[in-house]
Amino acid sequence: MKRLWNIFSRGIVVENPLLMLMIGLCSALAVTTSVQNGIGMGAAMTFVIFFAEVVISLFRKLIPNSARIPIFIIVIAAFTTMVDLVMKAYTPDLSKAMGVFIPLIVVNCIIMGRVEAFASKEKPLDAGVDALGMGVGYTWVLVGISAFRELLGNGTLAGIQIMPDAYVPILFFTLPPGGFLVFGLFISLNFWLKKVFPAAADAAKEAA
Amino acid sequence: MNLIKIFLQAAIVDNAILMRFLALCAFIGMSNDVSKSIGMGGAVTFVTVLASAVTWPLFHFVLAPLNLGFLQILVFILVIAALVQLVEFFLKKNVPSLYAAMGIYLPLITTNCAILAVTFDNITKGYDLAESIVYSVGASVGFTLSLVLLAGIRDRMKTANLPAFIKGTPSLFVATSLLAVAFMGFSGLIK
Repeated sequence: MKRLWNIFSRGIVVENPLLMLMIGLCSALAVTTSVQNGIGMGAAMTFVIFFAEVVISLFRKLIPNSARIPIFIIVIAAFTTMVDLVMKAYTPDLSKAMGVFIPLIVVNCIIMGRVEAFASKEKPLDAGVDALGMGVGYTWVLVGISAFRELLGNGTLAGIQIMPDAYVPILFFTLPPGGFLVFGLFISLNFWLKKVFPAAADAAKEAA
Repeated sequence: MNLIKIFLQAAIVDNAILMRFLALCAFIGMSNDVSKSIGMGGAVTFVTVLASAVTWPLFHFVLAPLNLGFLQILVFILVIAALVQLVEFFLKKNVPSLYAAMGIYLPLITTNCAILAVTFDNITKGYDLAESIVYSVGASVGFTLSLVLLAGIRDRMKTANLPAFIKGTPSLFVATSLLAVAFMGFSGLIK
C-alpha cells in the first residue's frame, strides 16, 4: 500500500511532469486561459495516460522490443481519438475552446515518456497508479495556472465573478505572453516547495 | 497575394511557438545553441512540408470519400512517423554529410506537435494543396525564427546577473514571455 502511495505521490511534486521534467508543455500553456479549460484538459489527458499505461502494461510481454514505439503511438492515438469524439459530442464548447490541443494529446511527451519508462516494464496495477499520479500532477498545475491567469486576466474563477467591479482586468495574463510568464513563476514555486519539504522529496526518491 | 498573406500569418502573426504554444519541448530543449537551433529548424521545415504534401491528398482523396475522417489522428501521426523514418534512411544512404548534421534531431521530430498541428490546420482551415504547402513553410519558418531568437537571448543570459528565484529554467520562460510581447505587436499586420 505504502509502495503504491509512493508511486502515486511521485508525479505530484518531485517528478511533476510539467514543472520538474518540463515535458508536455504545449497543451499546459495553450489551454489555461480559464479554469474550465484547465480541468477539461487535465481530465482528458488523465484518461488517455491511464488507459494507455494499463493497456501497454498488460501487453508488455507480447510487444516486440523493436516495434514498440509504433505500437505505443497506435494505442495512445486510439484513446486520444475516443476522448476527441466524446468531447465533441458532449462538451462541444469545451472542445471548441481547446481546438487542436485535444488531438495533440497523442504527441504529448508525458504519455510517451511514462509508457516507455514505466508501463512497458511494470505490472498493470503499478502502471495505473503511476498514470493517475502523473495525471493528478498534470491537472493541479493546469488548474493552478489557469486560476491565476483567469483571476487576473478576467476577474473571474470558472466563469464566476470574484474580483470587485472596480477591478480592471489585466488582459496581459490571458494573452500568450502572460502564459509564459505565469508558467515560469510556477516552476520557481515548485523549486521552492522542493526546498521547503525535503522529506517528501526523499521518500519519493526511495520509491523510485 | 493570398499566398503571401497565408505565409506571413503563419510565420509571424500566428507564430507557432510564441503565439500558439506549439513545439515547446523542442523550443526549450534545442535553443541552448544558435547553430543547433538552425539545424533543428531545417529538419522541422523539411518534415513539415513533406508531411503536409502527403497528408492533404491522403485526407481528401482517401479518408474523406470513405467517411473515415475519425481516423485522422491515427493516420496522420503514423504518416509523420513513417516519413521521419524514410527521411532518415534516405539521408543516411545518399547524403551522409547532411545526415551527420541532422542525425540527432531527426528522431525527435516525430513528437514535435507543431508538425501534427500544421497538418490538422490544413484540413480544418479548408486550404487547397498549394495553400497547405505555403502554410507549412510559413509555420516552420516561424518556428525556426523564434528558436534562433531564444538561442541568442540565452547566450546573453549566461553572463547576466539574474535574481535568484528566477535563475535557470524559470528565466527561459520569462525571456520567452517578453519575446511574445514583442511578437504581439505584429497582430495588426494582417486584416
